[in-house]
Amino acid sequence: MKRLLIANRGEIAVRIIRAARDLGIETVAVASEADTEAAHALLADDVVPIGPGPASKSYLVEDAVVAAARDSGADAVHPGYGFLSERASFAAAVADAGLTFVGPDAATIERMGDKVAAREVARAAGVPTVPGTPGGVAGADEAVAAAREVGYPVMLKAAAGGGGRGIRVVHDEAALRTAFGQASNEALKAFGDGTMYLERFIRRARHVEVQVLGDGTDAVHLFERECSLQRRRQKVVEEAPSPGIGEAVRAEMTAAAVRLCEQVGYRSAGTCEFLVDDETGEFFFIEMNTRIQVEHPVTEWITGIDLVAEQLRIAAGEPLGLRQSDVAARGHAVEFRVCAEDPARGFMPAPGRIDHVQLPSGPWVRTDTWLAPNSRVSPYYDSLVAKVIVWGNDRATALARSRRALDELVVDGVPTTTSLLIELLDQPWFAEAAFDTGTLERWLADRAGER
Amino acid sequence: MARHEAVSPIPGVFYRKPDPASPDFVKPGQQVTATDQVGLVEVMKSFHPVEAGVDGTVVEYLAGHEAEVDAGEPVVAIEVDG
Repeated sequence: MKRLLIANRGEIAVRIIRAARDLGIETVAVASEADTEAAHALLADDVVPIGPGPASKSYLVEDAVVAAARDSGADAVHPGYGFLSERASFAAAVADAGLTFVGPDAATIERMGDKVAAREVARAAGVPTVPGTPGGVAGADEAVAAAREVGYPVMLKAAAGGGGRGIRVVHDEAALRTAFGQASNEALKAFGDGTMYLERFIRRARHVEVQVLGDGTDAVHLFERECSLQRRRQKVVEEAPSPGIGEAVRAEMTAAAVRLCEQVGYRSAGTCEFLVDDETGEFFFIEMNTRIQVEHPVTEWITGIDLVAEQLRIAAGEPLGLRQSDVAARGHAVEFRVCAEDPARGFMPAPGRIDHVQLPSGPWVRTDTWLAPNSRVSPYYDSLVAKVIVWGNDRATALARSRRALDELVVDGVPTTTSLLIELLDQPWFAEAAFDTGTLERWLADRAGER
Repeated sequence: MARHEAVSPIPGVFYRKPDPASPDFVKPGQQVTATDQVGLVEVMKSFHPVEAGVDGTVVEYLAGHEAEVDAGEPVVAIEVDG
């Protein structure tokens, strides 16, 4: 691998350029008309215009990106996260053009992107999934029988549903019998299909995910991250290791992730996502992400392993240079996502010009960003402007240092979520890690009510 | 007759139609009520409707389809009823 095209923008494009440079690989950026002065375009060795501002007309146009790679003399393509990163058709197009795709092959992306197929892989590898009925249940009696197997509380879901509609949570058999008919009728009216299925309802779920690296034959895990502070399914704070699981669960969950990877012959960096039932300590596989993730730096910091460099080495055909015994975790790392949104106005997105920036720095603080004075937060792309990642010997030290780091961050020109992140650090439940996937939204709702 | 200009609530990309396959929200000469949607602004992957704001008759679109607009920028001109 001599010349790498980065099919992305923003902080992850900058991150990939840096890893490539560390490995002596030349970089080619693609830039939309809105991004000609963007950090990734300025930093790369070469830049190729890719089309108008809207991503649907530039960064998401598979043919244009493949053509840019071929014409610029690149021999490999890194998709980053988002955009084309988990499109099997793009991975295939890159391979068909005779170029190396930095990620798993198209078949693996397709298989793991299909929830049903991914659950089958998990089952074959002996990895637990959320207990439930594989398909619809015929009536209330069958639902009751199934619920005995699954265990209460159960969630009744409309097979044809979506967006949270047609869902009922029931805690016992009597409630299930009453709810089944109502829910099924509702589903029939709303979706034209009254078929219901059952799933275990996890009252207090933590979102914990295991980072893996595989070379197609062998796989290792790089421990786990917890991403339980979420708002509208967007992660806000992530940390490694998870403060919500013990050593026994950690050992089982990481081993399960490695088995799953070896089961599919996984090649590249990937992440196995799990839900942990905070009440029972059980964990269940939900899906696999076949790309580098936004929150990868917290893993890098506790393990000392450059995940993007590993992706590039594996893509170049090198066997995994790590055995499990080579991977050790040290201390605690936390990542805060800074977005150009106004927390005081319902997180309204806030594009605009950046007048002045002061980035956090100092011991054990890393800021991954594309921000610079006179740069522009474009309305075309997502609102993430920086990630502040902080390490400490233990969680308390990392959080105390996070306070210092976030206090240093100054972004003038657009509102950001920095003030909210600082406020989170003052919450006792955050300091004690007493949270689940619903905590942040409940807290925000309470806080809005108090005003 | 008074002229009203519906404005974008936020900076972003203005759309005259809900999706590429649909017709424009409104066309010149069309009667609208205050709560009718006349446009859509996308900003950072979130979508915000633009409403007419008054009862009246559409005169013209002032912003192009897929044009970048600022908060407060007029996007549709409407002749107010009465």
